[in-house]
Order: sequence, then C-alpha cells, then structure tokens
Amino acid sequence: MQKYSVFSLIKNAFSNHQNWEVAWKDPTPKSEYDVVIIGGGGHGLATAYYLAKEHNIRNVAIIEKGWIGGGNVGRNTTIIRSNFMYDANARFNEFGMDLWRNLSQELNFNVMFSPRGIINLAHSDAQMNAYARRGNSMRLNGIDAKLLDRDEVKKLIPMADFSDEVRFPIFGGLMQPSAGTARHDAVAWGYARQADDMGVDIIQHCEVTGFDVVNGKIKGIRTSRGDIKAKKVGLCVAGSTNILAEKLNMTLPIETHVLQACVSEPVKPLLDGVVTFGAGHFYISQSDKGEMVMGGDLDGYNSYAQRGNLPTIQHVLTGGLALFPFLSRLKMLRTWGGIMDMSMDGSPIIDKTHIEGLYLNCGWCYGGFKSTPVSGWTFAHTIAQDQVHELNSELRLNRFSTGHLLDEKGLGTKTWIG
Amino acid sequence: MLYIKCPYCGLRAQKEFSYGGDATVKRPNINEEVSSEDWDNFVYMRKSPRGKHIELWQHIAGCRQWIKVQRDTATHEIFQTAKVTEEIR
Repeated sequence: MQKYSVFSLIKNAFSNHQNWEVAWKDPTPKSEYDVVIIGGGGHGLATAYYLAKEHNIRNVAIIEKGWIGGGNVGRNTTIIRSNFMYDANARFNEFGMDLWRNLSQELNFNVMFSPRGIINLAHSDAQMNAYARRGNSMRLNGIDAKLLDRDEVKKLIPMADFSDEVRFPIFGGLMQPSAGTARHDAVAWGYARQADDMGVDIIQHCEVTGFDVVNGKIKGIRTSRGDIKAKKVGLCVAGSTNILAEKLNMTLPIETHVLQACVSEPVKPLLDGVVTFGAGHFYISQSDKGEMVMGGDLDGYNSYAQRGNLPTIQHVLTGGLALFPFLSRLKMLRTWGGIMDMSMDGSPIIDKTHIEGLYLNCGWCYGGFKSTPVSGWTFAHTIAQDQVHELNSELRLNRFSTGHLLDEKGLGTKTWIG
Repeated sequence: MLYIKCPYCGLRAQKEFSYGGDATVKRPNINEEVSSEDWDNFVYMRKSPRGKHIELWQHIAGCRQWIKVQRDTATHEIFQTAKVTEEIR
C-alpha cells in the first residue's frame, strides 16, 4: 500500500494527482468467510481492522447496504469524550481515548483528532454539585476533569450570555480538557483503507436479507448479492439493529429514533472546543472550516427516516440562542438526520448472543462516534476469542434482566426523552 | 411538522402532543404470578418496527387525553388515530 506522506503528495502533484492508488478495492463477495461483519460504518470498519491487526483474522468481509461511511459515522457532530460517571463507561471510553490519540499515526490517515476540551455548563447549585460528583468519579478513573466557576467559564467562552437578565445564568461547568473532535469521514476511510490492505473484503451496496441458523448456530447470511457462508457473524448496524433482529426472531432492549444536527455558515474562529448547555439539550462546536456544528434533542418518536422535522430544530436552537445570542445572526447552512439505536439504559451492548457464532454491537444511542475505536477493538476481541473483554464485561445484553443497568443519565426506559 | 388528528379535538400540530411510546406493550396482569422474563419483556424489550407502528401520544397542550396513533416509522405518514380505549387494527 502506498504510504501517505508529504513526499507522496509532492510526487503525485507532478502527475496532477491522477495516479493515486485506490484506497480500497471493490471485491465480489466470496462464498465463505471466517467472519462477516454486517454494517460498514465506523464500528464495523474498526472491528474488521482490529480483527486483522490484533487477532490475525483476515478472511473477513464487511457487508454494507449503502456505502461505507454513509450512515451515522458521516452524520454525527464528531465529538470525542470520556466524561462518564460510571466505572464501566468511563474505563471503556478512556481506553478509547488512548486509541484516538494515536489513530492518525496508526492508520496513516489524518483523522484530525483535535483535543480542545468539552465544557458541560451548569446553571444551578444542584447542577454544580452533580458535576463535582461526576468530575470526582472521572478523576478516580484517571480521566482529566476540571470544575470551573463562573469566571473561569467566562474566560473560555466570553461570547456566551453572562448578562443579568438571562433566564438560566451560568454558574460554572465541568470540563474535560482532553476531549475534542475529529474528522468523522477520515475515521471511516482510514479504517477501511487499512482493513482492505490486510485482506478484508469491503462489500458495498449489498443488503442482508436473512440469516442461516442451524441448531442454534450461525452458518451464514443471505444477501442481495447471494448467500455467504460464515463461521462467525457480527452485527454492527446501529439504527437498523431491530430490522435484522426481527429476521433472527430476537427482541432487543432497543428503539430506533431519529436525531437531527445542523451547521451554520462558516465564520472566523470563535469557539474553541465543545460546549453543552445545561438548562436544555444543546451542544455546539466549531468545525475547522468555521461552521458552527450544533445538535440536541431527538425528534422524540420512533423513526427510521434519517430525516426529522422542523419543530425539533427550532426547539434545540431556542436553547442555543439562550446560551449564545450571536447565533441569531448566522444563516443555517444545512440540517440532516440519522437513526439512533437507543438502548433502554443509554449505554451500549457489545456481547455474544444465544445463537452460537452471532455477536451483537448496538445500543449506541447518539454517542457512538466517540467510541468507534474502542468499540471495534472490544468487539473484535469478543468475536475472535468468543468471550467478552474486561472492558465490555459490563456492556452485556443480560444486564437488563439481571438489573445491572448502566443508566448514566437516570432517564429510565423513555428512550425518546434522552 | 406532523399533524395528528386528536379523536377529541381534531387535527392539531405535533407541537401540542407528547410521545408515549409503543402502545402494543402490555403490562402483566396484577395480582398474578409474573415471571422475571415477562417483566423484562414488558419493561425493556421493544420490537421497534420499520413501517406501521401503533403508539401512544398525549395531547398535552390540548385536551390532555392519551390517544393511540398508527404511524409509519419510515415515512412518518399517519394512518389512523383512536381513543386509548379503542383498538387500531
């Protein structure tokens, strides 16, 4: 594989960039694989990459209904963080932060990981107490957390509304300085390129239509491009999890909902890092191109539409305006939606299933992007070793029946409120 | 914007309503022995179909009644609405 570097860039400039190698091939599906990963999003591509790299399993196919990177990995707001309170979530995502820090070098693809920090704002004494507690929990797990008072927040985001008339005054906030953003497309493409180089077949425009299960054991899958035998099958399909689960006669603690995001026209550098509003559901960061990237609530009803309605965008931006009044002067560039696999406790599931050789990776809610590397890493381990890793030992499917929930936000089973 | 026909008030904008989830989930009968699996299914397990979905909404900024709505989760088209005591087939 051609290595990407400043020298290869200069060399290819002489031929008007016409002679670059393709980044990944377009193979015809083989009749049999050791492992088939369904879903060519960030998590599926990362899983295939770590299967090949960490476990030397290279006879692997990724089956993608659309095109790689066309789903949630290209639709999220690119935020990367590990500011969780519960040990299982904190350790899992902090391991992921270590993978992020080295990802551009490892993949030889600039994922533009930019750890500029995230600030969760507090608007009451009670919220400050809750953030102090969360910050302490984070620090006990080795994650950097800093409780900011009002003046410290004002130094970092002076453009926020600090006036006296404001309905929800800023009391302070909790900051994770090592959190940040990355270029989401590059993450998908970087993983795809390396996985392809190690022998993984990336099969796009191939829809899974059924499964071949004999005596409780997976034998293969049926697709729009023919039947494919497989010793092991991993599901990495986010919002489409329930559709495939139905074909397997499985019912899961998952509902699919639509989440919208939006960007403004690009403006000069203004906001460093990510800021979340604490009195409503709104978060914002500024892309390298200068667009303000914003998101917030789910539309609030089951949906597979990958598009939402205007009332939710208006509601989210009302919160945005309360925090940053300057947003009223910006034009909206575009809005879009993605479908979220909302789990009943807000935490993901990476586990084996009751069907031998079938593995499940789902329940990411709207926080899957940040976990892309660690999700792939632990899912690859779970598939290769046929057992969960310590990192995902609490992210199991049976936690709902045993009562060991990871309800980080304490929302209960009303997934659409999240 | 979705427009939902409240069986009590007529056609109203989505903003007047609050969502209440899958209407086909049945609570186990009270005063009967309920297995852990049945509780588990009732509390956590959801079909979440792509296509026709019968769901609960509350006309929270109107008559405050709970209603049933049959809606397509892929197109957002609304086929039928009914009082919560009525069946949608």
